[in-house]
Amino acid sequence: MTPLLVALGAAVGAPLRYLTDQALRHRAGTFPLGTFVVNIAGSLLLGFLIGVPVSDAAWSLLGVGFCGALTTYSTFSLEALTLFESGERLKAFAYVVTSLAVGLAAASLGHLAGTAL
Amino acid sequence: MIRVSFRNLSVIAAGGLLGALARHGLSTVWPHLEGGFPWATWLINVSGCLAIGIVSELVPAPRRLRLFLTTGFLGGYTTFSTAMTDVVVSPTVIGFAYLVTTAAGSLLAVWAGRSMARRARR
Repeated sequence: MTPLLVALGAAVGAPLRYLTDQALRHRAGTFPLGTFVVNIAGSLLLGFLIGVPVSDAAWSLLGVGFCGALTTYSTFSLEALTLFESGERLKAFAYVVTSLAVGLAAASLGHLAGTAL
Repeated sequence: MIRVSFRNLSVIAAGGLLGALARHGLSTVWPHLEGGFPWATWLINVSGCLAIGIVSELVPAPRRLRLFLTTGFLGGYTTFSTAMTDVVVSPTVIGFAYLVTTAAGSLLAVWAGRSMARRARR
């Protein structure tokens, strides 16, 4: 049952990441806003789910499947490297630092909110 | 205006669920022990970055295979959200070491993957 829920959550999370990226592409110049937004949103939701906490089934579906597939470390790293190699070194650095700082803040905030409930 | 085909979305969903299952399998056989270093997620993210470096160099961008492998499989396999929440639930020193080594390891891996693939193509 668990793998099925993970697969189901991921089958929604991954295309949603793509759609967000398509919608936000070029909205912030060369800054990868789409990946940034899904990574922050996913960190907030996953922090919340850990704080609540939820049932095993809901965790598999929403936590492991949906949040796991909505967010991505591989595209994040590739975008940072691409920015760096194209000469936008400051933007590459800013992208990495803001993603980590805001992502961490979002995860903490979600966790706090979940625990408070 | 967004132009997205149902076919592209299906390809990404299929790749994404396979990647998520691979991640789930790995973290099940190698669970994150409370208070310990989240090794499975660390390895998943760094290996996924090595792979995306190679694929981005070897598979041309408009191909649907690339969408399946990068946005789909590797996107579902690697995870940013767990990398953040692992830090929140870990003891401060372990959490900080995990945050920094994941970022440094991943960036180094994507660069190494791309460099290796470039060299192999020549």
